[in-house]
Amino acid sequence: MSTTTEPGPRAKAERPSRLAHAGRNADERLQAASPLRTLLNKVFPDHWSFLLGEVALWSFVVLLLTGTFLTLFFDPSMEHIVYEGSYTALRGVEMSAAYASTLHISFDVRGGLFIRQMHHWAALLFLAAIVVHLLRIFFTGAFRKPREMNWVIGVLLFWLAFLLGFTGYSLPDDALSGTGLRIAHAIMLAVPVIGTWLASSLFDGPFPGEVIIFRVYIAHVFILPLLTLGLIGAHLALVFKQKHTQWAGPGRTNTNVVGERMVPRYAAKMVAFFLVVFATIALLAGLFQINPVWLFGPYKAAVVSVASQPDWYVMFLEGSTRLFPAWETRFSLFGEHFTLSPLFWPGVVLPGVLTVLMLAYPFLEQRITKDNRIHNLLQRPRDVPVRTGLGAMAVTFFVILTISGANDVVAKSFDISLNAMTWAGRIGLIILPPLAYYITHRVCLGLQQHDREVLAHGVETGIIKRMPDGRFVEVHQPLGTDLEYTGWAVPKKMNRLGALAPAVRGFFVPIERPAAPPEVAPPAPNGHDDTGTGEHTRTDVERR
Amino acid sequence: MTSETPRRRPRGRGRRRLSRAGRLLAALLLVGGLYTAFAPGLAAQDTPLSPTAAEGKALYDVSCITCHGRNAQGVEGRGPSLIGVGEAAVEFQVGTGRMPMARQEAQAPDKPPLWEGEELERNTAALAAYIQELGGGPEMPPGTNLSAGGDPGIGGELYRINCSSCHAYSGGGGALSSGAYAPGLGEATDREIWAAMVSGPQNMPVFGDNQLTPQEKADVIAFINYLQDDGDPGGVFTLGRLGPSTEGVAIFLVGITALLFASLWIAGKS
Repeated sequence: MSTTTEPGPRAKAERPSRLAHAGRNADERLQAASPLRTLLNKVFPDHWSFLLGEVALWSFVVLLLTGTFLTLFFDPSMEHIVYEGSYTALRGVEMSAAYASTLHISFDVRGGLFIRQMHHWAALLFLAAIVVHLLRIFFTGAFRKPREMNWVIGVLLFWLAFLLGFTGYSLPDDALSGTGLRIAHAIMLAVPVIGTWLASSLFDGPFPGEVIIFRVYIAHVFILPLLTLGLIGAHLALVFKQKHTQWAGPGRTNTNVVGERMVPRYAAKMVAFFLVVFATIALLAGLFQINPVWLFGPYKAAVVSVASQPDWYVMFLEGSTRLFPAWETRFSLFGEHFTLSPLFWPGVVLPGVLTVLMLAYPFLEQRITKDNRIHNLLQRPRDVPVRTGLGAMAVTFFVILTISGANDVVAKSFDISLNAMTWAGRIGLIILPPLAYYITHRVCLGLQQHDREVLAHGVETGIIKRMPDGRFVEVHQPLGTDLEYTGWAVPKKMNRLGALAPAVRGFFVPIERPAAPPEVAPPAPNGHDDTGTGEHTRTDVERR
Repeated sequence: MTSETPRRRPRGRGRRRLSRAGRLLAALLLVGGLYTAFAPGLAAQDTPLSPTAAEGKALYDVSCITCHGRNAQGVEGRGPSLIGVGEAAVEFQVGTGRMPMARQEAQAPDKPPLWEGEELERNTAALAAYIQELGGGPEMPPGTNLSAGGDPGIGGELYRINCSSCHAYSGGGGALSSGAYAPGLGEATDREIWAAMVSGPQNMPVFGDNQLTPQEKADVIAFINYLQDDGDPGGVFTLGRLGPSTEGVAIFLVGITALLFASLWIAGKS
C-alpha cells in the first residue's frame, strides 16, 4: 500500500498534511480505506450498450426526485368535491379530491405541470430503458452463469416498474385512470377461485368503492418504491460482486476486466450521463405534452372514451385482450359451478406464462445446451443464431400485441378498418413470430459466413483483377496473423486491420487513436497496480 | 230449371244492371277520392316550391339524384331517402364537402366542398330549402355563434358521457367498426356541430331536443370550442392528443433514440 504522495516541495513538510491526518484519523476508527480503495479502483468495461441499464437507473432517480415533489401537493382522497380551480372547463364539476389536486398541481402550483410531466416521461423512459437493457442482456448472453440470479432480479424489477407505472397512472383519478383500474379490477375477477375475494378486498367492496385511490397511493409511494430500491441495490451489488461482463477483444479474457476505473474517469462519466438523462427527461417534459388529465375529466363509470389506452408498457396486455376471442367457459366441478371469464386467457394466463418463461430462460438454455461453464465474455448475437432468433420472435410477439393495444388509434390515423386491424393482429400474432425467427436465424448464419470468409481469405480490397484466362477476381488482403481473440468484430475494411476500434475523427468515436491493447500477460498480483510512469494507457485491467 | 217451384217475379234485367253499375261507380269514386285525399305526392305537387327550393331542386336533379333518387326517395344500395332529414342534414353534409360523395365507401369523408365561398352558401341554402320543403325535418337556428350562453363545465360533462366514446376526450375522433370512424372536432364550427347533433349524419346518433335541449347543445358546443382553444399548456407538441399510444411512440423515437446517441457519444470519449 504505497502512499500517493510524490516527492516534491510538499513532501518536505515533516508531518503529513492536515487532510491526510484527518483521513488517517477517520480510517483508524472506520477502517474504510481498504474496502473503499477496492471500490474506487473498480474497473468498468466501456461500451455504449452497457449504459442502457444506467438510463433506467438514472430515470429512477429522476422519478424519486420529481415524485417527492408531487407528494407535497397530491391528495390521495376520493372525497367528492366541486372543482373551483383555474381550469375553466371543469369549474363547477363534481370530482374526487385526488383529481382536483392533480389539476391543482397542473395549473396552480408553480412548475407543477412541468414536474408532473417530467415524472410521467421519466416513468415511460424507466420502463423503456428496462426493456432495452433487458434485450441487450438477452441478445448478448449476459444472463449466463454466473449471472442467472441477476437476470431473475431484473425480470422482477420489470414487473415492479410495471406496477409502479400502473399505480401511478391510476392515481390522478381522471377518466382514463379510472378506466384502467376498471380493467385491472376485471382481470383480478378473472383469476380463478380467489378472484372475487382478491378484487373485493383490494377495493373494499364493489368497484370503485371509496378507498382504492388511497391504497394505490400507499403502494405507489411506499411499498413498491421500497421494493424497487431494494432490488436495484441487489442488482447493482451483484454487478459489483460478479464484475461486469465485457466484449471479447485483444487482451480481454474470461478471467479479467478491461476498462476504466471507477474513480475518476468512470465516475465522471456516470455523473455526466446522469445529467444527460435528466436533461433528456426535462426536454421531453418541456416540449411534449403528456397525460393531459384536464382533458379526460373526472372518472365516472359511464364515461369510456375511444382511444383509451394504458401507457405503452401495459399496452401488450390491452392488445392481447383485444385480440383474444371472447371465450367464456362454464363448467361444473365437485358440484360447484365455475365460470372462466374471457379475460382469463389474455389477462391472467398470458402474462403468467410470459413471466415464467422469462424467469426460466437462463436455466432452460443451460439445460438444453448443457453449458455449465462460467461466462464473463459476451456473445455477439450472430454467433448464437437460435437465441437471437428466439429473441426476435419474442420482440415480434410483443410489438404485435402492443400495436393491437392501440389498434383503434392506428385504424383512425391510417384510415384502416378497425376490424381489419383486429384480424391482422390475430393472424400476425401466429404467423409473424415464427417468420421473424426464421429470418433472424438466416441473417445470423449469413453474417457468420461472412466473418468466416474474411478469416479464411482476407479482407475485400475492392481491387478487381483480370486473370490471363479472362476471369475477373477481387483481390483479398489476408489478415496476416491469426486474431488472438474470438467473438468480437472481425476487421472488414482495410483501415481497420488489427485495430480495436476505428481511429477516425468523429463525434461518436474517440478522437485520439485507441490505445495499444494492454499486455496479455497476467496483471500484477494485487490486481490494481497502475502501469506507473510509463506510457499512459487508457485502459485498466482487473482480475476477476 | 223446373216449372213447378214457385218463383218470385224477377226484377227487370235493366234495373239490375243499373244497380250494379251504380255500386261500381260509387266504389270507384270512393277509392279515387280517398287516394286523392291522402296521396302525399299529389299533395306536394299541389303546393308549389318556393323559388329558393326550386333552385335547389334544379341542383338536386343534377348532383344528387343519381344516388338519392327522384324526389329524394332514395335508391336501393346507393343512397338513402332524404325525406325527413331536414335542412340541418343538408347544411352539414354539403357544407363540409361530404356530399356529393366521390365514391361508395364505408363513410363519406369530409373534403373540399363542391362549390366555394358565396356560391357554396347559396347552393347549400337552396338544397336545404328544397329538402326541407320536400319532407320536413330538423331545422337550423340562425347565426354562427351557437354556443352563446353555454357553460363549458356542464358541456364537458355532457360531452364526456354522450360524445367521447366516439370522438374521444379531446375531440380527436376515433375508429368505429368496418372502416367507419368518428371525425376529429378540431376544425368543427358551431353550426357544423349543431347540425350534426340534430341530424345524426352517417353513424352518429341523433341528439334531438328531447335528448339534449338547445341549452345543453350550446353547453356542448361551448366545451368543444374550449377544447379547440385550449392551447395545450403541456408543451409545444401535443402528440395529436391521442393519449398514451403516441406518448409510447415518442418515448422510443425521441427519448430512447436521444439517449442511445448520448451513450454512443459518452462511451466513445475517454
